[in-house]
Amino acid sequence: MTALGHRPPPASYREATARRRLAGVLDRGSFRELLGPAERVTSPHLAALGLPVAFDDGVVVGAGLLGGAPVLAGSQEGGFMGGAVGEVHGAKLVGLLRRAERERPAGVLLLLDSGGVRLQEANAGLVAVSEIMRAVLSARAGGTPVVALVGGGWGCFGGMGIVARCCDAIAMSEEGRLGLSGPDVIEATKGVEELDAADRGLVWRTYGGKHRYLLGEADLIVDDDLTAFRAAAQELLARPRPLDLATLEQEHDRLARRLAELGSCADAAELWRAAGAPDPDRLPLLEADEFRSAVAGVRRGEP
Amino acid sequence: MERLAFELESPGRPAPRAPPVVVGVVASGTLEVLVEPADLPGRCRVEISTSANGFGEIWEAVLRDFAARNAVAGLALSVNDAGATPAVVSLRLDQAVEEYLGQVP
Amino acid sequence: MSVAELLDALFPDGHAVREEGGLVLGGARATPGEVAVIGIAGGAEVGVEAAHALAGEVLRVVRELPGRPIVLLVDTRGQRMSRRDEVLGLNGYLGHLAACVELARRRGHRIVAVVHGDAVSGGVLPLGFMADEIHAVEGAHPWVMSLPAMARVTKIPLERLEELSRGSQVLAPGLDAFVGLGAIEPPWDPPFSAALAAALARPAGPDRRAERGLERGGRLLAVFVARCVGGGDAHGP
Repeated sequence: MTALGHRPPPASYREATARRRLAGVLDRGSFRELLGPAERVTSPHLAALGLPVAFDDGVVVGAGLLGGAPVLAGSQEGGFMGGAVGEVHGAKLVGLLRRAERERPAGVLLLLDSGGVRLQEANAGLVAVSEIMRAVLSARAGGTPVVALVGGGWGCFGGMGIVARCCDAIAMSEEGRLGLSGPDVIEATKGVEELDAADRGLVWRTYGGKHRYLLGEADLIVDDDLTAFRAAAQELLARPRPLDLATLEQEHDRLARRLAELGSCADAAELWRAAGAPDPDRLPLLEADEFRSAVAGVRRGEP
Repeated sequence: MERLAFELESPGRPAPRAPPVVVGVVASGTLEVLVEPADLPGRCRVEISTSANGFGEIWEAVLRDFAARNAVAGLALSVNDAGATPAVVSLRLDQAVEEYLGQVP
Repeated sequence: MSVAELLDALFPDGHAVREEGGLVLGGARATPGEVAVIGIAGGAEVGVEAAHALAGEVLRVVRELPGRPIVLLVDTRGQRMSRRDEVLGLNGYLGHLAACVELARRRGHRIVAVVHGDAVSGGVLPLGFMADEIHAVEGAHPWVMSLPAMARVTKIPLERLEELSRGSQVLAPGLDAFVGLGAIEPPWDPPFSAALAAALARPAGPDRRAERGLERGGRLLAVFVARCVGGGDAHGP
């Protein structure tokens, strides 16, 4: 052990559980869970359907330190019901964000890994997602930055995809996926011609981290590594996006340009070409570092 | 869903008190185990909620082996199971107790 | 009830609202004065263009008509589901729309939503459900997913889902369930103009949908959980 401490070996963010992700992203040993599993606040709606429950209802919330600064953090467990939001799960995130509004920590980290609304308690899940959206925006309006990390196995879909874009910023891994209607939902409702959910390349280039970064939907693209997500969280908390008229008008113009310049693209590969990405067919093969430099001139991020 | 409860004899000193830990995730074919201190001299209590009905005898056998491998007196274990195999159950139970005791200096 | 009939009932003193491509935009005279009207009609699905246009209208009202109340009309079968909408980042457009509505609230615009038809998922989250008060008139039908589709996804037999949803506000589609959950207020009786005037006269407050869900017996845990985690009364200082 040296005075500089030790650098842990790379550990996959994607493969880690919700609890392990928090332990890896926050300062070592600093996390204190609120309403933890021993409180056994489980979903009565899953129990009524005769389905297994989880002691934490699939989300871990609490307080910790990031680089010595106090933060609040919530981490969805994709392994349980696909990280989907039910009444209890949603209320834990709402409570976390309301605590942030009172305590004004240095920021809130949302480690999102979710298919969206939990259909087994559909109505309560939809309302809970709506309450999370309002609570995120309310915390931000109160001056607390909220940063989303997207790199779990379930991605970030449905209402949680909207929640992610209500935050100040998003960090994603290449393996992370972000969108609204997931591939299975589009295939089931619109047919396989619209989107073949079994076509992994298509799903990746539509929802994956590289496309979201190039589009300016994700602010940072990082390796699938806990320490990389930790660094990204620190970087993004340091540059909050004010919820004011000037900033939203700027964002509105950016989204208008996307429609005008790229709106005719129905496929991500086509969009990369239209955006002027050099050698778009090679983009899927590049490491995160190379990819960042390759698209630096054409990325449609913030000015 | 089926609920099962067992009390296992576990001779030796009771496990030291430590904060509760949870290990594992409730997903198809696996389970979560919550370990908490309990005032149970010489015994360990296990409460199980499982989606696989009718496996009480197998649970009992798995738990008896578990108690023979580990000193678990003074612990309460709570399990949410989504159809794990006995091998997975054994592994998670061992991990959970190891993680709980690992907190004690 | 058509949008024209609804507008006449809400604003008997006059309105100048245009309906095009599923969007409803304009202004009207209410009590106590002029309001902006922004909405979705005919069950239209919200894609990237509609979301951007709605956000643009909210920003225009904030910029040009400071403090003017906003009445949101909701009749949408949800987000448009297409590969193109996903490629272009529909979730980002909807997040932007929600942020614009929040900005309007912060700058003193009273925001009242009236659900008059379908109110589904990605169509209602960034607009109607962002309002200070969410009201309904006859014909309001909020839902998440049809029971047959839900049966396919959850692998719970349809007959069992139908049976369960009869006694469950978390599963049953329709207004009664969402009223029970505290998400929407019980439907207005005519005259709607008077009901709207009363809604506009009440001061805006924090999001109290969970508290109403508890009072109405539809959501027994949300308030308790949010308070345990949030501390205090969980509604800020």
